[in-house]
Amino acid sequence: MADHPLPEPDVAREWFEAMLLIRHFEERAGEQYARAKVGGFLHLAIGEEASMVGTVRAMRDTDYLISTYRSHGQTIARGTPPGKVMAELFGRVDGLCHGRGGSMHMFDLPRRFMGGYGIVGGNLPIAAGFGLAADYLGNEDATVCQFGDGASNQGTFGETMNLAALWSLPVVFMVTNNRFGMGTALERHSAVTDLQVKGEGYGVPGMECDGMDVVDTFHVTTEALRIAREERRPVLVEAMTYRFRGHSMADPEEYRTKDEVEEWRKRDPIITFGDRLVAEGVITEDERAELDATAQQAADDAVAFADASPVPEPGSLYDDVYVLGGQVHGWYSVDERGAGVRRGEDIGGEGHR
Amino acid sequence: MATMRYREALNQALREEMTRDERVFLMGEDIGVFNGAYKVTNGLLDEFGERRVRDTPISENTIVGMGVGAAMLGLRPVVELMTINFSLLALDQIVNHASHIRYMFGGQVSVPLVVRMPQGAGHQLGPTHSHSWEALYLHVPGLLVAVPSTAADAKGLLKAAIRDENPVVFIEHEYLYGQRGEVPDGEDVVVPFGRAAIRREGTDVTIVGISRMAVTAEKAAALLSEQHEVEAEVIDPRTLRPLDLDTILASVRKTNRCVIVEEGWPHGGVGANLAALIQEQAFDDLDAPIGRVTGADVPMPYAKNLEQIAFPHEPDVVDAVLATFRDM
Ligand SMILES: Cc1ncc(C[n+]2csc(CCOP(=O)(O)OP(=O)(O)O)c2C)c(N)n1
Repeated sequence: MADHPLPEPDVAREWFEAMLLIRHFEERAGEQYARAKVGGFLHLAIGEEASMVGTVRAMRDTDYLISTYRSHGQTIARGTPPGKVMAELFGRVDGLCHGRGGSMHMFDLPRRFMGGYGIVGGNLPIAAGFGLAADYLGNEDATVCQFGDGASNQGTFGETMNLAALWSLPVVFMVTNNRFGMGTALERHSAVTDLQVKGEGYGVPGMECDGMDVVDTFHVTTEALRIAREERRPVLVEAMTYRFRGHSMADPEEYRTKDEVEEWRKRDPIITFGDRLVAEGVITEDERAELDATAQQAADDAVAFADASPVPEPGSLYDDVYVLGGQVHGWYSVDERGAGVRRGEDIGGEGHR
Repeated sequence: MATMRYREALNQALREEMTRDERVFLMGEDIGVFNGAYKVTNGLLDEFGERRVRDTPISENTIVGMGVGAAMLGLRPVVELMTINFSLLALDQIVNHASHIRYMFGGQVSVPLVVRMPQGAGHQLGPTHSHSWEALYLHVPGLLVAVPSTAADAKGLLKAAIRDENPVVFIEHEYLYGQRGEVPDGEDVVVPFGRAAIRREGTDVTIVGISRMAVTAEKAAALLSEQHEVEAEVIDPRTLRPLDLDTILASVRKTNRCVIVEEGWPHGGVGANLAALIQEQAFDDLDAPIGRVTGADVPMPYAKNLEQIAFPHEPDVVDAVLATFRDM
């Protein structure tokens, strides 16, 4: 890892703010889960903020980002109001996906956050599909696809690497190596633990970044995106990181020691970056505390926003299963549970967004 | 008899079969060090070691495929898929390979593989993590399909599955893991495939409940008796392939009404299939169209209030039963 200088003070400060916001958001989300306001599986990314913010800040607004079930932070980094993310966790109508997807399935089309996906490895081919579309349309849009170390063992990994290289697609694949796939340590799940080389045999060169350092992540991703966009070929970036919390909220974490977690916590991306900003005179300790308080307030506001949002109408259950355009006549679905027959030709405005 | 949870009953079955037969071994994601996503394999790594309890990478299609290969050479692999949702990634090995190999190679070889996995909605896991897929596997000739709904059946059927020469899709249920039940003692107590259980006797209507819905059907039957003076006979087929159609038909011939309850989608569902079989064999015995209660015909929504109306509960079953008594 190179020692990069800090960016302009305003920029550095904004990166810090973004990481703080994600951290406080995640902590609040965890609390709301404990209060049963949030259901399902909740995967927090505490510890991985630099790999999110550094990556997203290297992207253009017109680039596409696609990720996994651990992606509240990516959406927030991309500019989604935290309240809409929290409302999704609450299963409310003002959530990003109107309560349909929940924590594992975020999506924000206007901000080109093309989804968090619940199936490990499921997002890789889709990312290559975005690359294919950009190539087909002849535009400059690049795609960043984030996935975990565990996902690099899925068949889609090799298949996607090959096709992305074969067809020269502008995609940056970023494996966020947080050392574990659920409770299985990297050394126990992957024969090759140097993940950046895993694409090489398929023709996808690897790069590495310090995913605990927002500046390094930014620089490496910037270069990777340049290669993808200008040289029209895929790159695999390995971001070295760590999750401080369990895999999900239901994880007793028996597969790792407290000492190991403590060691990594010393490299907390927010503390180390904050220290650096203070040391280099970008912010004072007082300002640091203020930024922290502001981010905390924003996370609290997100909770309040989510809590105030209504639950979805029961009658909306069938909305958006299909694009009902009237071009197809016949029964789309027959529901024996009493909701009635859905026919292609019966497309009143009622109930359909 | 001992009382235990469904997950403990499964654990016992695995332990006993591994002790009984050296060829039995386990593979799956996080089944060892993590003790299983749903703790079914709890303690087995400690007891049997890494040769027989194998943590795998996240590679569903390949671990099932390796199970197929090992089974073809005479081992007895039991592959755990973390949930049935992820079995979609292994469909190729399950359908194109496990189920077809014996037939396609003229009976020269068999595939005594068990693929275990839980299914079901109700935990707000959203569209990708809430599937019920018994209908999908029922569709495939060459597979056996088990859908145990009690602790005793979980244990007895899993033991039968491991001892069977055929590939078995063994469908557990996330909701049922924590449910307790009486389990008969004895290491050789197996529940044979193809024998339905009559959970409750009745004369007015036959309710067939699949997987967790067998439990829902039984609760609905109690409501019907208390509130509507309808005595329902509740049948849990326990395995869908082979299917104990005779027990279901005998019941329908007695009650003249039938309602089928499942958690999966209506189109091409277990109920659709069963209704066809029943009307083919017992049309003249039916006094009303066969009722079906299914999951809603939508991907499973995350929001709790939507999810709760998207899979069947007791009142839905009660309504469907009462509908069979209404004048047509
Ligand atoms: C196909 C599939 N198999 C299994 C799972 C269950 N699962 C969810 S996350 C996970 C671990 C993934 O690890 P990794 O790719 O390293 O990402 P991380 O969670 O560490 O961010 C597993 C096994 C799943 N969601 N999809």
